[in-house]
Amino acid sequence: MQVTMTVNGEEVTRDVEPRMLLVHFVRDELGLTGTHWGCDTSNCGTCVLWLDGEPVKSCTVLAAMAHGHSVRTVEDLEQGTVLDPVQEGFVREHGLQCGFCTPGMMMTARWLLDHNPDPSEAEIREAISGQLCRCTGYKNIVKAVRWAAEHRPIPAQATPDEMSAS
Amino acid sequence: MQVPAPVEYERAASVDDALSLLERHGPDSRLIAGGHSLLPMMKLRLARPTVLIDINDLTDLSYVRLEQNELCVGAMTRHRDLLNSPLVVEHFPIMRDAERVIADPIVRNRGTVGGSLCQADPSEDLSAVFAAVKARAVIRSASGARTIPMDDFFQGPYSTAVGPAEILVELRVAIRPGCGSAYEKVERRVGDWAVTAAGASLWVEGGQIAQAGIGLAAVGAEHFRAPEAEASLVGSAPTEQAFRTASDLAAQHANPVSDQRGPADYKRHLVGELTIRALRRAAARATGQEG
Repeated sequence: MQVTMTVNGEEVTRDVEPRMLLVHFVRDELGLTGTHWGCDTSNCGTCVLWLDGEPVKSCTVLAAMAHGHSVRTVEDLEQGTVLDPVQEGFVREHGLQCGFCTPGMMMTARWLLDHNPDPSEAEIREAISGQLCRCTGYKNIVKAVRWAAEHRPIPAQATPDEMSAS
Repeated sequence: MQVPAPVEYERAASVDDALSLLERHGPDSRLIAGGHSLLPMMKLRLARPTVLIDINDLTDLSYVRLEQNELCVGAMTRHRDLLNSPLVVEHFPIMRDAERVIADPIVRNRGTVGGSLCQADPSEDLSAVFAAVKARAVIRSASGARTIPMDDFFQGPYSTAVGPAEILVELRVAIRPGCGSAYEKVERRVGDWAVTAAGASLWVEGGQIAQAGIGLAAVGAEHFRAPEAEASLVGSAPTEQAFRTASDLAAQHANPVSDQRGPADYKRHLVGELTIRALRRAAARATGQEG
């Protein structure tokens, strides 16, 4: 069947089997391998991406179910050459060791900060409670999210028109 | 790699459309809502539908609202929306208690109330909750709607009264004054299925329990209820003694089995302890001593 969806702001269309999972669609059909494929049982959370602005576990959503909807993956966090503060926070606070859980952690963290810009440690831990870090690096992940909270996203760059008007 | 077996996919635009797709594709077709029960079952080949009918576009079935003194929850309401509903906090905090410990925040973004109830997993928290508050289920078919009590809805493990060409559309719970409710769960780790869970709702009038509901998950309780314990409470004052008698009855009549989550005697002990804790909190809430 043919599915069309918006992924990271771009419309994509592919012919897929109805049984194809969204995680395999973004990785294998679109080559967006930032989203990781882990436990396959909606436990580990490394496959978290956004579907219509909400984090979901993409191993438990069919690509067909995303037809007509909007998907955002970890590849969309970086704006131009500027890392999202969440990404920067993971770098600065050593928020990853092996890095396998990182894309899912970052997508959840970005959503949390968009809805709660100044989360407590308990709120961060609750937000990532559906995601596993088998390096058990949770302490630094929490610190990374706090770093991002304290360093808000840089506002979108002004367009040339706006710059000349000012 | 776990993937579902080959399957056809249809998308319903309305309840009527979903019903006609179910008619057309026959009993081997299945509705899919959040998919967080059905897709894992399909990956394990425990479910082998030939056609999936996606009902995620039926956003008109996603609501928590009051209607004629009833709390109405649409079947497509996501767990997250039940958790965050101010009406739930006000009228049935048992639902908030349970939602806090159902899976995790990401799963709750996607999973639905109706999907969880139709899965009828013997360990399903919401099944115990809606049994405890004595809800009614509204089921639609091509010929109209029928409303049945939860006792009739649950027909056994993974089995409900929803027929092959029917769809659960709503849960309704009567709101009466003096109601308090609470849910208690023991799980091996955060977000897991219950080792044992107990929910209680009490309706207190003039210092007496006018009606009581006790819901149990994961311990083989028929219809997710503890009817002997409920009956023992009606007409009593909401005292520790009455709660002790009821929780002992709940433990006595439960049918837990030993499995990887724990031995049967431990689960039976938990039934008693969690039931009394839920009853204490429900009573405190009924009398306005706890939010």
